[in-house]
Amino acid sequence: MHEFRVQVGPAAFRIGSRWKQPLEQLTLLYADYPKPDIADFTVRLDAPSPLRRFVRRQVAIDGDYMLPDAVPLPFDQALLAAEMGMNLQMALGWRRHLLLHASAVERDGRALIMTGLSGSGKSTLSAMLGLRGWRFMGDEFVLLDLVSGAAAPFPRLISLKNEAIGAMQATALDGKFGPLMQGTPKGNIRHLVPPADAIARMAEPAQPALLLFPRFGYPGAVREVAPGENFMRMTQASTNYVAMGEAGFTAMTRFIKSVPARAIDYQDGDEAVALVENLWDRLA
Amino acid sequence: MSSDAMLLIAALRDPSSTRTLDASGWTALIAMARAEQLIGTLAHRLEPEAAPSKIQAILADARLNADYQRRSALWEADCAARALVDYSGKVVLLKGTAYVAAGLKAGEGRHIGDLDILVVRQDLPQVEALLLDKGGWEWVKEDVYDDAYYRDHMHELPPLIHKERDRMIDVHHTILPLTARPRPDAAAMLADGTRLGNGLYVLSRPDMVIHSAAHLFADGDLAGGLRNLWDIHCLLGEFDGPDFWTQLAERAKHHQLVAPIERAVRLAHLLYGTAIPKDWNRWNAQDKWYITRLTARDGWGCPTRKVIRLIFYIRSHWLRMPPLMLARHLWTKWRKAKGAS
Repeated sequence: MHEFRVQVGPAAFRIGSRWKQPLEQLTLLYADYPKPDIADFTVRLDAPSPLRRFVRRQVAIDGDYMLPDAVPLPFDQALLAAEMGMNLQMALGWRRHLLLHASAVERDGRALIMTGLSGSGKSTLSAMLGLRGWRFMGDEFVLLDLVSGAAAPFPRLISLKNEAIGAMQATALDGKFGPLMQGTPKGNIRHLVPPADAIARMAEPAQPALLLFPRFGYPGAVREVAPGENFMRMTQASTNYVAMGEAGFTAMTRFIKSVPARAIDYQDGDEAVALVENLWDRLA
Repeated sequence: MSSDAMLLIAALRDPSSTRTLDASGWTALIAMARAEQLIGTLAHRLEPEAAPSKIQAILADARLNADYQRRSALWEADCAARALVDYSGKVVLLKGTAYVAAGLKAGEGRHIGDLDILVVRQDLPQVEALLLDKGGWEWVKEDVYDDAYYRDHMHELPPLIHKERDRMIDVHHTILPLTARPRPDAAAMLADGTRLGNGLYVLSRPDMVIHSAAHLFADGDLAGGLRNLWDIHCLLGEFDGPDFWTQLAERAKHHQLVAPIERAVRLAHLLYGTAIPKDWNRWNAQDKWYITRLTARDGWGCPTRKVIRLIFYIRSHWLRMPPLMLARHLWTKWRKAKGAS
């Protein structure tokens, strides 16, 4: 196995691959990240069968923690397989924080957290804000400290999908992009290296100050989210809430009680950014 | 980097052996322990202070997760007990849930997946109906062949899964498939079960060891074998005493399982250093192949030794069915797989 190691926020990964090429891509894109010695998680990229090493090559997503029915990806999506593998380790194995499936940005030491289903635009929004005066903290997971309630960054590569790819290419002119992967299970995907300050300050947490539930494709609107609905949605957005037991419940209820929450609808990026800035000034 | 799982065995057997590990040694040990579902056990065995801080954090995660598994396992047992409250027969907890419910060392840090229970065979229809109607469990898969196969030839009902909690329950009526050559005395196992405070039962001490050993060496392909053998190591250590070994020998004979029990005792001694009586400690020409199979795992957590794995896989089918039946079974499975693709 060829080996690559990378530190993202508090988590250290070791990625093993049967082939050199996917690791060369990772080395390039994660060039500015620290290299850990001991890994929290191992991710493995290997062919699902001996034949698929050579003919119509495929990559199975494998590692310390796996899903039993994960479908292998074509070889040219190996980078995506590595990213999915790392996310999976966090989602299934991480127990040091309450894990929220959400994106986050920071300003003045306080964090704006955005959560929603795939396609809500939480990832693109965090990337856009990261280019407009905010510090990008992560587009996949927010890690809430069980004692202090602070959000720890997890600034892995930004995963841009479909229309968001063109939008970010037009905005992040000097951005470092990965290869365009077409026809993945989630459509077209292209990774973007987070801004330099996101990587340099990835050990620096921020206290959550505002929670948003963005929804892309609807006329601009803002709605309050009652604590009950908020709690239900956030427990669903957490991959380890149940496993964390009482500590998870305590962290979650404190988060719900102390952080104002709003649902926002928007139809384009500029509208969303204006909505966010407005809410941040009023509520955070 | 270590070429096989002896690294993991050494760490479990003698935690101080980890003192010489470097960063890649630790990473390999953690990957192996996770792959063998022994990370929680390892976390309970190691002294946290003796490990690098990064490893301490990983072990703390593992302990927290083991607590969660323990809690969920006991909760599942509780749910089953409530669904079966109108059932008057004994409900015996098996494997991991039994170890934690009885407060045994084998349960410390143990990974627990499904809930396994044992009931008397003629009551299966009643127990099944209660779990489906009152408990909220349902069939995992509706496949006529598999369903009939389980009911005619297996030691358990086809697996049931809970509609809301997504957890499986295996309802056993004996400990080996009906097609296996040994015929353990399930009635005697049920009769000797020990009652717990919550109204559920666990097997008697010798039967607990016998079930674990039969599962490992008289059924299956040794997947997850290091964990099962660790269970046996813990059980033997905790039950040790002159009467126990006599009872174990008599009971193994009664259940027609002398060879698998003796093998389990020998291998627990060889790999984990279990203290065993002299007359159990005999040389056996086949043991080395079992050790080769049990330790077939590298520092990436990947399975190794494909050929010996395959041999044990074939052996598992051979143990489970007479040749003609095996041929029929494989033929049916092959046709179904072809039909599906």
